[in-house]
Amino acid sequence: MSVPTNLKYSKSHEWVRPEADGTVTVGITHHAQELLGDMVFVELPEVGRKLKQKEECAVAESVKAAADVYSPISGEVIVVNSPLADEPGKINEDAFSAWLFKLKPSNASELDGLLDAAAYTELVENEDH
Amino acid sequence: MLKMTPLNQTHRDMNAKMVDFGGWDMPLHYGSQLDEHHKVRQDAGMFDVSHMLPVDIKGDNVRSFLRQLVANNVDKLTLPGKALYSCMLTPQGGIIDDLIIYFLSETWFRIVVNAGTADKDVAWMLKQRDALAPNLEITPRRDLAMIAVQGPNARAKVWQVISGSQAATEELKLFQSTVVNQYFIARTGYTGEDGFEIILPAADAPSFWKALHAVYVAPAGLGARDTLRLEAGMNLYGQDMDETKNPLESGLAWTVDLKSERDFIGKQALLDTAVTQQLVGLVLIDRGVLRSHQQVVGQHDGVEYQGEITSGGFSPTMNQSIALARLPVQIAVGDEVNVIVHDKKLRAKVVKYPFVRNGKALV
Repeated sequence: MSVPTNLKYSKSHEWVRPEADGTVTVGITHHAQELLGDMVFVELPEVGRKLKQKEECAVAESVKAAADVYSPISGEVIVVNSPLADEPGKINEDAFSAWLFKLKPSNASELDGLLDAAAYTELVENEDH
Repeated sequence: MLKMTPLNQTHRDMNAKMVDFGGWDMPLHYGSQLDEHHKVRQDAGMFDVSHMLPVDIKGDNVRSFLRQLVANNVDKLTLPGKALYSCMLTPQGGIIDDLIIYFLSETWFRIVVNAGTADKDVAWMLKQRDALAPNLEITPRRDLAMIAVQGPNARAKVWQVISGSQAATEELKLFQSTVVNQYFIARTGYTGEDGFEIILPAADAPSFWKALHAVYVAPAGLGARDTLRLEAGMNLYGQDMDETKNPLESGLAWTVDLKSERDFIGKQALLDTAVTQQLVGLVLIDRGVLRSHQQVVGQHDGVEYQGEITSGGFSPTMNQSIALARLPVQIAVGDEVNVIVHDKKLRAKVVKYPFVRNGKALV
């Protein structure tokens, strides 16, 4: 699966979509779900929680293992994708639409430090070899 | 260099995700572990279990040797083809391995042992043979492959593939086996479903696998094998038990014969031991996933106790998390315990296992 070019990426395999209203949407990448296998449980952060960049804020568990999800940038959680908790398999079906939460960034310049699609693709390819 | 079964290339051709499983290059899944699990519960799936090792023991009076070697009583094996599940113990009562013994004739028994313990098992058997029955011949059969076909439709699909096998195996009861041409067919398994475990010459394994696939038996990997056996409440060696644990604290008292006069290696130690721990089933009440090595805590009659999850995971059939845990013997079915998961205490209920049998949840 190709890596969407309209998204930004963290080295810990989260994707970030900057929205028109200044908020950002966060999920985990296709590569991350591929490594984990079939997802069976997702724990989402509480709405209103203020996150620092790289802070542990969610858990994605597969049949195989539990993986921490780190906030790609600092900000306040404004909404979470609650239905995902009942259907974690949506992440396997399409990781780039199955978002986890939306943030209101407290320091939008942190977005510039994230990877673009080309850099993230390179990161994944280097991991594989 | 990883060890490979005769089906290694076949798995790769079917796009398996391969993993290092105790030194063996084995399929974890062929796309979706959950789909494979459901396929076995609802239809038929097949597992390459050729990493496990058949060991043939031949000679005069094999039975007398096995009476001493293992904790269950081989005198229960009266009908040729009959199988027996047993532990093989250290003199201290620790579990060297759990295994299945097939009684083929008074001069030929076959024992199937786990992959990870195969070398030490054979070394132990040879050592005991030298001391107890030096005339017996013990032969590890790495020239054989083993395929488990499991699920409600598994037997019927095998009958389609092996000509003449229906007549020969239709009347087999659970834990019975027979031979049809080059196939050794046993009505055993590690999933809680009906089916066969089939031992055959390594060279025939790829074509047999493909023939089963052609009648829509789904290939299933080690991932599904683990969730199926956990639902079925079957112990995994190295996880739920090892040489530091005895069968009486591992949910396997039913496999130990302490009643007969027969002496066996480890018997005295078991008789001398006070059993303080047991294996119980847990069903998670809160949301989350139980995993092996998580700590279990609780109170019984005002006294704090601790235990540990030995096998945990998500049950695809029950759609919730289940586990086997080692807890003090005072803890009873129906009790509520707490499991430390990440930084939280999650509530779980103690239940009788197996959790699932023949496609249906029992708890």
